[in-house]
Amino acid sequence: MKSLPWARYLTRYVVLAYIGVMLILPVILILWRTFRPGFGQFYDWISTPAAISALNLSLLVVAIVLPLNVIFGVMTAILLARNRFRGRGVLQAVVDLPFAVSPIIVGVALIVLWGSAGALGFVENDFGFRIIFGVPGIVLASIFVTLPFVVREVQPVLQEVGTEQEQAAATLGSNWWQTFWRVTLPSIGWGLTYGVVLTTARTLGEFGGVIMVSSNLPGESQTLTLLVNDRYNRGAEYGAYALSTMLMGVAVAFLVVKTIVQLRRKRARQA
Amino acid sequence: MTHSILGKTSGPEAIRPELAQPGSELPPPPKARTLSRPGSTSLRFGVTMLWLSLIVLLPLAAIAWQAVDGGWQAFWLAISSHAALEAFRVTLTASVVVTVFNMVFGLLTAWVLVRDDFPGKALLDVFIDLPFALPTIVTSLVMLAVYGKNSPVGLHLQHTPPGVWVALAFVTLPLVVRAVQPVLLEIDRDVEEAAASLGASGPKVLTSIVLPSLLPAVLSGAGLSFSRCVAEFGSVVTIGGQVPGKTEVSSQWIRALIENDDRTGAAAISIVLLSISFAVLILLRVLGGRTARREEKAAA
Amino acid sequence: MSQRLYDIRSAWRWRPVVTLALVSGLVVACQGGASDVVGAGALTNVNAKITLVAYSVPEPGWSKVIPVFNASPEGKGVQVVTSYAASADQSRGVVEGKPADIVNFSVEPDITRLVKAGKVSPDWDKDGGRGIPFGSVVTLVVRKGNPKNIKDWDDLLRPDVEVVTPSPLSSGSAKWNLLAPYAAKSNGGRDSRGGIEFISKLVHEHVKLRPSSGRLATSVFVEGSGDVLISYENEAIAIERQGKPVEHILPEQTFKIENPVAVVTTSPHLDAANAFNNFQYTAAAQTAWAQAGFRAVDPAVANNFRDQYPVPVKLWTIDDLGGWSTADPQLFDKNTGSITKIYQAATG
Repeated sequence: MKSLPWARYLTRYVVLAYIGVMLILPVILILWRTFRPGFGQFYDWISTPAAISALNLSLLVVAIVLPLNVIFGVMTAILLARNRFRGRGVLQAVVDLPFAVSPIIVGVALIVLWGSAGALGFVENDFGFRIIFGVPGIVLASIFVTLPFVVREVQPVLQEVGTEQEQAAATLGSNWWQTFWRVTLPSIGWGLTYGVVLTTARTLGEFGGVIMVSSNLPGESQTLTLLVNDRYNRGAEYGAYALSTMLMGVAVAFLVVKTIVQLRRKRARQA
Repeated sequence: MTHSILGKTSGPEAIRPELAQPGSELPPPPKARTLSRPGSTSLRFGVTMLWLSLIVLLPLAAIAWQAVDGGWQAFWLAISSHAALEAFRVTLTASVVVTVFNMVFGLLTAWVLVRDDFPGKALLDVFIDLPFALPTIVTSLVMLAVYGKNSPVGLHLQHTPPGVWVALAFVTLPLVVRAVQPVLLEIDRDVEEAAASLGASGPKVLTSIVLPSLLPAVLSGAGLSFSRCVAEFGSVVTIGGQVPGKTEVSSQWIRALIENDDRTGAAAISIVLLSISFAVLILLRVLGGRTARREEKAAA
Repeated sequence: MSQRLYDIRSAWRWRPVVTLALVSGLVVACQGGASDVVGAGALTNVNAKITLVAYSVPEPGWSKVIPVFNASPEGKGVQVVTSYAASADQSRGVVEGKPADIVNFSVEPDITRLVKAGKVSPDWDKDGGRGIPFGSVVTLVVRKGNPKNIKDWDDLLRPDVEVVTPSPLSSGSAKWNLLAPYAAKSNGGRDSRGGIEFISKLVHEHVKLRPSSGRLATSVFVEGSGDVLISYENEAIAIERQGKPVEHILPEQTFKIENPVAVVTTSPHLDAANAFNNFQYTAAAQTAWAQAGFRAVDPAVANNFRDQYPVPVKLWTIDDLGGWSTADPQLFDKNTGSITKIYQAATG
């Protein structure tokens, strides 16, 4: 379709202005605000003891959430991709459910379920195992919101790759585990990596759910996002912006990794 | 090659399946026996259902249980209180405004990213996903820095509805773009060229061929955008200021209820919010499906 | 085909995973801590750690007092982790299971809630200090230069004035803020109708926001909303010291704010918590509180700082209204409190 040149330029510049104002301007402003007092102050504020504890907690949560989501996510994906059974549509819908749920509602759900006055309150009251106001609560909230990522990345790959290789392996005498490890897993490699990247980014950035279920004690139960919020509420504005910039840097790093993974994936498929 | 984003497994959404309509039906898989041993499917099914129940279904069921804890009377009182209604109004208004805005600008952006070429386009393409990767509280502070009382562009939107809209527009920016982009990539240019060669002018080709085929993708992205706006909390926290009747969104009201120990009220409002999200997603899927089928009939 | 298999499998590079693991390991090896102040190192030789759960605004005070405590023989090696949020929310949180060894709330009913839940001893206020190591008064915070010329409670009812005060359902500050005009307009509770009428007009016509804590009310005011913020004197001093363009006015009649501190009896560190609690009444601690903007309860220390803390013409106290056990249910009960009802009617 031949478009008029002026229409093309108009559209291009309208879009560039839109992206410039919406995305680029805020990023530049934050960077400027953070680094104007000098890199030293930035470094000081991202290395306070509370900040290091927050980073440790965030990484700990990722370290727990990732393996669980990978194992159960791949299992679910295989189930959805390879088997026909009644209720498959329901399963598919349940996997997609977390996308439609507000993080605050996730927090409410966990409190209503695991809180000391909740449906399963006996876990805390009788066994002393604290979920709300403890790390398990943060982990459960994070697993909820990141549950669909691995499944939705791996499932279409499994369907597209098909079962010929696996069938071939089976006829050659490979048992279930060997087939899975040597044939299935490599074929979903890039899809799985992509899902892992999305999961990690989302877990590190989770805020609405965690603020409901955490006791928010500095040095103990504050994730990076909770610390940003704490600093802002306290009036330590620069500290909040410094940590935000660090998180933004992490986000950009994720974008880069994501793009690389996508490119490698495309190349692998075309190979 | 299909140009509907719904219900297909090959094509664009396999590259970016996270943007496929949630719940889109991949066609039933061929009966495969390679990964299953006798009984292992039921084991896998059992384990998976247990996991999903524990993580997703049980908490949501607990909300439903809590919402009706005080009977229908308490439920109705909670969702029809003045503050709750005001919060719904603020949330829905913001969601509609931002979604419509996104439909227009998302479409334009996707168009430019696919059909246009200029230096830095690839970089821009990568950058579009930034709002996805940024924690919501960081978004909120960023918005406050740009549109708050120290705004460098002279726009003081803190504690006003436009401030909330701007924050929501930021977080939902990629949604329509990424929904339309793969479809636009796959569109069959032959049809457009044929129409052009038959004498249709540029704009006519646009409106009667290209736009209709993009409609399902735009609707899909709009559904995701609306859902996200309705559910959003972190990014409107500081720039909104939680002004009742003006910038207090439903998620903030839910939080206030929980902090005041009104678990039943919080659960009730949550149920309403979830229902709205689901209803819109289903509606848009139905609409999108119908449009897609019409397109296929026309293209056949 | 097998070539492709190899490519795909080795494409799964372990490299990024290894890098991430190394980085994480390095970071985790770094010691974290509770302090979020730049430059102040982590406490060495920590032999006990107690958690202080406080209302939203006393952070300037605690950050001054805790180092003085750590420098003293009783407080050597005791790390104090602090948490600040709306008073009633914190109180409910502790009842729910939020970890706490010592609590500092804005108003006494938030401590009473813990007594009822068995977490605080009923004798918490029976010692010499009555459980209240510091306090403040209710003030009016206005923009620098006082452009709207606000001097007293009646000025709040002028048509062009918007008032910012937190919601009494979650905030202790809110209760003090409303008790001050109530006491003033009801002549110490004797004419409750007069007091309620004033509050009703104030809330219905001049209060537009519902921030959940004193600190959030301050934030919202500083960000640009409203003409006058009702708040603690210590909070006003704190934000003035931060350089924000505000000033505070002491109305002729105002209310004495008394903020209680109590030890949580279920604490695993009772000795450290008690030591910390008792320390608040020493001259060193009282001086630190006064320096941080609070009114000391020790008369000698208060005398040293009397220039900074003027005495209002009439200072009402909670005892004038019959104590919290009378005033709280009457005015602030969740369902039947007269002020609560005004709030619910006005803001839903």
